[in-house]
Amino acid sequence: METTDIGLWGVPLAMLGGAIRVSTPFIFVSLGEAITERSGRINLGLEGTLVFGAMSAYAVAVMTGSPWLGLVAAALAGLCFGLFHGWICKFPKVNDIAIGIALMLFGTGLAFFFGKPFIQPSAPDLPAIPFGAWSDIPQVQAALNVNVLFLIGAALAVFLWWAFRNTRVGLIVRVVGDSADAARAMGLNPNTVRLLATGVGGALAGIGGAYLSLYYPGSWTERISSGQGLMAVALVIFAHWNPLGCFAAALLFGGAGALGPALQSVGVTQGYYLFYAAPYILTLIIMIATSSPSRTLAGAPGELSITK
Amino acid sequence: MTGKFMLSRRDLLKTSAAGAALGLASAAFPIRAARAAAATVGFIYVGPKDDYGYNQAHAEGAASLKGIEGISVVEEENVPETVDVQKTMESMINLDGASLIFPTSFGYFDPHMLAMCAKFPDVQFRHCGGMWNKDKHPMNAGSYFGYIGMGQYLNGVVAGHTTKSKKLGFVAAKPIPQVLLNINSFLLGARSVDPAITCQVIFTGEWSLAVKEAEATNALIDQGADVVTCHVDSPKVVVETAAGRGAFICGYHANQSPLAPEKYLTGAEWNWAKVYKMFVDDLIAGKPLPNFTRGGLADGFVKMSPLGPAVGEAARKQFDAMLAEMMKGGFSVIKGPLKSNKGAVVATEGQAFVETAIELESMDYLVEGVVGSTA
Repeated sequence: METTDIGLWGVPLAMLGGAIRVSTPFIFVSLGEAITERSGRINLGLEGTLVFGAMSAYAVAVMTGSPWLGLVAAALAGLCFGLFHGWICKFPKVNDIAIGIALMLFGTGLAFFFGKPFIQPSAPDLPAIPFGAWSDIPQVQAALNVNVLFLIGAALAVFLWWAFRNTRVGLIVRVVGDSADAARAMGLNPNTVRLLATGVGGALAGIGGAYLSLYYPGSWTERISSGQGLMAVALVIFAHWNPLGCFAAALLFGGAGALGPALQSVGVTQGYYLFYAAPYILTLIIMIATSSPSRTLAGAPGELSITK
Repeated sequence: MTGKFMLSRRDLLKTSAAGAALGLASAAFPIRAARAAAATVGFIYVGPKDDYGYNQAHAEGAASLKGIEGISVVEEENVPETVDVQKTMESMINLDGASLIFPTSFGYFDPHMLAMCAKFPDVQFRHCGGMWNKDKHPMNAGSYFGYIGMGQYLNGVVAGHTTKSKKLGFVAAKPIPQVLLNINSFLLGARSVDPAITCQVIFTGEWSLAVKEAEATNALIDQGADVVTCHVDSPKVVVETAAGRGAFICGYHANQSPLAPEKYLTGAEWNWAKVYKMFVDDLIAGKPLPNFTRGGLADGFVKMSPLGPAVGEAARKQFDAMLAEMMKGGFSVIKGPLKSNKGAVVATEGQAFVETAIELESMDYLVEGVVGSTA
């Protein structure tokens, strides 16, 4: 193995590489949640969907030898979880947050149950595109090895941002999310729209899970997510329900998460627990700076149970 | 519709009285009495028992007991280091009739296992780690551990021969004495080959954080480390990430060579089967169980993975010689003159701490040559 001494350049490079490597599950889960929340529902169960997606992707990839089939399986499993959430929540007096928490526990539990036999075997990985091939430095090549799902996630963020503003479907989702009464007056059924929006959100979260188990870190263990699904749900509020904001916030979290290990690797070893807390401290600062006592958060859908 | 299921106040009182009576009855006639003939041994793991790591090593030990006449084994995995583990222990004692319990994770000891020791004085508890102290803790508790630092020293010998960049990497969970001893041993083993070698350590702060372990491995390799080892609960992520980047790996806890057959050099493994068999033999014979159990390579508590195909001839020779030396017993990894990486003297000229030295169980320094800090 050839190595080049890159010294302190390792820190920005690790943050760039980390942003690309770590952010993808955040991107998919937060985009999925953005669709669901724009339609007026909150699905806190995406953590469970993420873990179940990771498990089902890995299991199917092991059994069929194809990571792409694994990806499809994860998306389908996520779709089922989302539709289930949407279906239960259409009944009167059902609280979407409580159902979400129940589904989160159910999803992780079910994934642990079915995932037992798949902890040991190795599954094929999703492919990556070597954007760093122009460089002679192996560290740069490694950092710029970009997985296709990251690119799809980036494209999806732009597409959703455009679609919410410019398409009929986008308008329908937004109307249902802002005022169920207005939607009914237009002849729309809010429950159907929300059912589909939650289903799509679940499918995207499942794909995020597939990235975890099939690319980075690239194996199925029961601790694979460690709360990333919940963080991604919080990112949506942080990003003010804007898909481009979700993408940026996910990158920020990925990069900040790489800061701790990178600083230790160049010899800044004191106080690493503090560096590990960096993403959360950053979130707090931004939330405080952008909050206001006199108005609700900009971009908040009117029908959300937390803003009503 | 719902009226049908509503209880009147009188019904509620009746039901709860019946429930209370049942509870009293089961307290008076413990189910355990029915099974007094056979001994039940309980194992509690903090993670999945097939994690290619810490828990798998213990579960393999537990599995080796299953053929023994009169012994039944109960296991529970994924038990957090919270009050949950107390509930698990209570249910193993009350429902399964366990008379010997091995809570295998570091954080189970205080206060959880100690609380159970006081509550069930007839049950024996043995904790994996170095926490038990004769003066402070009850006699139905105890601790067992292996001197696996020796294994990391041997890892270091092979790594020292294999590295070209003279930089090694270590992904560690938390700066506790056992982890620090492993890091120091790994570097000192490598320095026995070439005193210019350094070892970069990254602490992730938790026993199992897949994404952070992968990031740490990448960061080490970005800085030029070409042989990586770790002390986390499940080395699977570190091994696969490092092999994917083309670095060599020394294993830990269990044999990870199936994950990277070409890049796996060797590994320091636990051999808990030997230890658990010892305890169970004493249990069957009706002898009191030891409270303080320790052992190393020579005692069979620790073993090495078979050397991988990338290990060269010189490394193989020194590995075998060193292993033979250690098998005689009394080998010291930490011997003077030796300084910590902050410049403090940890061993003076002529001073040596053999593997059994109790001072090593309160280690709080990294030796010279390790790049990293304990806080």
